[in-house]
Amino acid sequence: MAAALRVVAAGARLSVVASGLRAAIRSLCSQPVSVDERIENKRRAALLGGGQRRIDAQHQRGKLTARERISLLLDPGSFVESDMFVEHRCADFGMAADKNKFPGDSVVTGRGRINGRLVYIFSQDFTVFGGSLSGAHAQKICKIMDQAITVGAPVIGLNDSGGARIQEGVESLAGYADIFLDTSYLFITGPDVVKSVTNEDVTQEELGGAKTHTTMSGVAHRAFENDVDALCNLREFFNYLPLSSQDPAPVRECHDPSDRLVPELDTIVPLESTKAYDMLDIIHSVIDERDFFEIMPNYAKNLVIGFGRMNGRTVGIVGNQPKVASGCLDINSSVKGARFVRFCDAFNIPLITFVDVPGFLPGTAQEYGGIIRHGAKLLYAFAEATVPKVTVITRKAYGGAYDVMSSKHLLGDTNYAWPTAEIAVMGAKGAVEIIFKGHEDVAAAQREYIEKFANPFPAAVRGFVDDIIRPSSTRARICRDLDVLASKKVQRPWRKHANIPL
Amino acid sequence: MAGLRVGTAALVAAGRRLPRQLMRSAAPWALKTFDKILIANRGEIACRVIKTCKKMGIKTVAIHSDVDAGSVHVKMADEAVCVGPAPTSQSYLNMDAIMEAIKKTRAEAVHPGYGFLSENKEFARCLAAEDVTFIGPDTHAIQAMGDKIGSKLLAKEAKVNTIPGFDGVVKDADEAVRIAREIGYPVMIKASAGGGGKGMRIAWNDDETRDGFRFSSQEAASSFGDDRLLIEKFIDNPRHIEIQVLGDKHGNALWLNERECSIQRRNQKVVEEAPSIFLDPETRRVMGEQAVALARAVKYSSAGTVEFLVDSKKNFYFLEMNTRLQDPYKSFGLPSIGRLSQYQEPVHLPGVRVDSGIQPGSDISIYYDPMISKLITYGSDRNEALKRMEHALDNYVIRGVTHNIALLREVIINSRFVKGDISTKFLSDVYPDGFKGHTLTKTERSQLLAIASSLFVASQLRAQRFQEHSRVPVIKPDVSTWELSVRLNDEDHSVTASSSGSVFSVEVDGSKLNVTSTWNLASPLLSVSVDGSPRTVQCLSREAGGNMSIQFLGTVYKLRVLTKFAAELNKFMLEKVAEDTSSILRSPMPGVVVAVSVKPGDVVAEGQEICVIEAMKMQNSMAAGKTGKVKSVRCKAGDTVGEGDLLVELE
Repeated sequence: MAAALRVVAAGARLSVVASGLRAAIRSLCSQPVSVDERIENKRRAALLGGGQRRIDAQHQRGKLTARERISLLLDPGSFVESDMFVEHRCADFGMAADKNKFPGDSVVTGRGRINGRLVYIFSQDFTVFGGSLSGAHAQKICKIMDQAITVGAPVIGLNDSGGARIQEGVESLAGYADIFLDTSYLFITGPDVVKSVTNEDVTQEELGGAKTHTTMSGVAHRAFENDVDALCNLREFFNYLPLSSQDPAPVRECHDPSDRLVPELDTIVPLESTKAYDMLDIIHSVIDERDFFEIMPNYAKNLVIGFGRMNGRTVGIVGNQPKVASGCLDINSSVKGARFVRFCDAFNIPLITFVDVPGFLPGTAQEYGGIIRHGAKLLYAFAEATVPKVTVITRKAYGGAYDVMSSKHLLGDTNYAWPTAEIAVMGAKGAVEIIFKGHEDVAAAQREYIEKFANPFPAAVRGFVDDIIRPSSTRARICRDLDVLASKKVQRPWRKHANIPL
Repeated sequence: MAGLRVGTAALVAAGRRLPRQLMRSAAPWALKTFDKILIANRGEIACRVIKTCKKMGIKTVAIHSDVDAGSVHVKMADEAVCVGPAPTSQSYLNMDAIMEAIKKTRAEAVHPGYGFLSENKEFARCLAAEDVTFIGPDTHAIQAMGDKIGSKLLAKEAKVNTIPGFDGVVKDADEAVRIAREIGYPVMIKASAGGGGKGMRIAWNDDETRDGFRFSSQEAASSFGDDRLLIEKFIDNPRHIEIQVLGDKHGNALWLNERECSIQRRNQKVVEEAPSIFLDPETRRVMGEQAVALARAVKYSSAGTVEFLVDSKKNFYFLEMNTRLQDPYKSFGLPSIGRLSQYQEPVHLPGVRVDSGIQPGSDISIYYDPMISKLITYGSDRNEALKRMEHALDNYVIRGVTHNIALLREVIINSRFVKGDISTKFLSDVYPDGFKGHTLTKTERSQLLAIASSLFVASQLRAQRFQEHSRVPVIKPDVSTWELSVRLNDEDHSVTASSSGSVFSVEVDGSKLNVTSTWNLASPLLSVSVDGSPRTVQCLSREAGGNMSIQFLGTVYKLRVLTKFAAELNKFMLEKVAEDTSSILRSPMPGVVVAVSVKPGDVVAEGQEICVIEAMKMQNSMAAGKTGKVKSVRCKAGDTVGEGDLLVELE
């Protein structure tokens, strides 16, 4: 017996050199062994996935194995695996043969902790049949998902699979699955199918690489340098989220004083209303420790979204970016924002909105593309969100786009204007051209319009903004407001679900 | 009292004290001052003048360009007038607009600060015509001292030591050799009209003198249209020491003590020190008296500086007299433009003064001198002043723009500097290949690694500290010792760290250190004690992927801290393929595109000029990295470009 065990151990090592020996060694093991030994053997095999040769190949591609990823993502020693002994049940094409059976099949599942907080996890194992989805594979994933739902904990999926349909039907954090730069692709149909159907020549990278999905399609929310970088960032990101929709936004220890004044904000908005500035500068200065986890940083850059903290509590930030396309709203940025607002509302994360929006982007491309429909998504998302909503108008808040950006009219809890705010139907130049068409002294009319409307007062006297604040006090004001709003509750009449204009 | 003064960011120091110049006459205490003056300048100097005016009860008028509308000097002044758009030629040098502003605000006098219009005779004339006082020396003195040869002759007459030499038209090479022998080798030959070190040649023998004569006379004729040459004794490794003088309109003049300004880069002062540890009381007295004699000789009626070169035997020679109120210190060559995202002056420390014209959020514009501030420390002795300077530099928070704190700190702790063994060649001697940051000793490296590791662990531990209100309890990982791998300068170091409260026991490459701090992860400054020795470090960035940059001993170091396990796995990660920079041209700095020399389809040769970017008054020619065809041009003349912006793509 002991001899047999040693042989297996040797076999495991040998497979590093030549997996062709594997079958021969397995046949040596086929003599009766005790249950304990069988358990041990199976565990050993499971830990090795598709074998050392495939592990090496995975490494050579600059990728980590399913288990290495789990170890890096979770707190050391916290992983509790389930279904290590599950094997696929396919009998066709010789799959029933022993050499085609891998304990655990092509996915590793279980639970563990990230910074002490519970999480369920599945990690597809590319070394086993390219991580492809089998019935057993799907069943394992469903099992941990069901468990996660019963205890109210999140699920993280690390996808590395040739047959990548797993995302469908996966709820929870799936929307925030990460793509790893340069080593990952994601598409419905690959380049070959594309070529035969539409006659387009396209590479895997162009069709479904990280760059495509983070800059053009908006399918992926962020790309990272490599597996290690991505998993380190995923740990960081996880800390912003509550375990489930039943939990409040987490509050982490904070070293940044909540009443810190931010003098640099008093000069950040340029005097000329046509001059751009970086909304990220405002966001960094206001939130805790300048620590901003931006989501979709390279897609629809005219709208900035991401997570930060205020006095330790997670908040979702939405801000127009004057540096890109003057910060206007268009189809892509509206959808980007709407998705994010829904996410925050679903997970009890308060929303802070920084507004500097000159309007919706005009043009046939936008109208034919359905900007009204897509803009409505953002409007609807803000209107329906019941989490605390604090809005700061830093400069322009023009027309319909003003309404959309978490305005008082969409039930913003606290709406502030900076002294530089201009809340109006449109810019002075455009307005004057319409009102005073053919008028002699256009310049004077423009001056009059600016004097009357291009300032925070018309909105303030109507109560559309709650206060006009010094920019330097913005952080202190928001922190105080969020403390008060922590107990916010909104009662809505029962309905099956709301009807967002999809 | 010993004092030390450095310019932070791109500049250099050396402010002359201004308050006393604000009076109309030699006996200021006896006379009324102005009611209102206009300051025809910006930035640090404008702020300083305004501050002094406030103390004296004088109302102030600031002028500004439109981009400067929100700047500090505008806010400080009682009134402010916009004199034009950003370029200095249209604003701070725009005499018509400034004269208009003077009339409008009824300012009685104008303080020109330094640079800009401070030496402009035309401006002085305009002011005189309007009966507005120009606060500064009169035009006669400016003229007398403005010419190198003329000022030397005047100095000679006033019995001021001058460098032995000849100035005037030299007939031929033989005459040059004769003169050189008379003076004694080595000699320096240059065109009289040329400024600074430009076109200067050193000759150690007759042959070199002939060569020097030929080059210099050609240059004199072609570049300056002025045949005169200067041949004088070359003072090897000189010190630059200057004496400040004050003169009034009644012929009185007096001297204040000296300033040692030998630490220079391209003739721009980097560090100033007073008193000089080199001068003895007797030399100081003689230098002072000669300086005063010169001031009297030109009927000098303002504050000024008489610059001397001093050789190793304390022989001193008159160099020039600075009739400006202040030197128009030019860029030190470090681009420091952008937005000051964070800014904190170390003024809470004892014996520290900061003269600056900026505040958090200020834009350091491409249009003006990138000087941010001057940092001054005082102490009861030199050592104390130096220590305070070191501490002040460590506590100076400047984010968003580049600065030269690393160099300044390195200079003041340099053993040659501390000993006082300096000359004007100090920087080029000590950093022959340019300054590349502090070189860590083994101990310092261990300290840095220990601090970075502790910071990493502190932030990891903090990441587990949640306000407990979840249904599912947090179970913190049971890790008492952290095995880390820290990468610094492409080298991996093994570190183990364990924490008990605020104290971290760290083992770096086998040696043990104790690191204590409050571990405040929000503050830009972190006071740390490593084995009892205090260090102030600044953590500039800390990323989830383990990358951090830490300012330690003035220099910013990039590190990557990973757990040992992550570092092992990181070895499998592919090296990122660097962008092929030969086929693309990116802007190396923020600036304005002055000219674009190519269009798509053009074939360019390697090294051929593609476009010109102007930044900080410097034109930078951007050349093709390889021979090829222009694929696309992404900029046009007049565009404002940021650092790293794509300008031109080659195929």
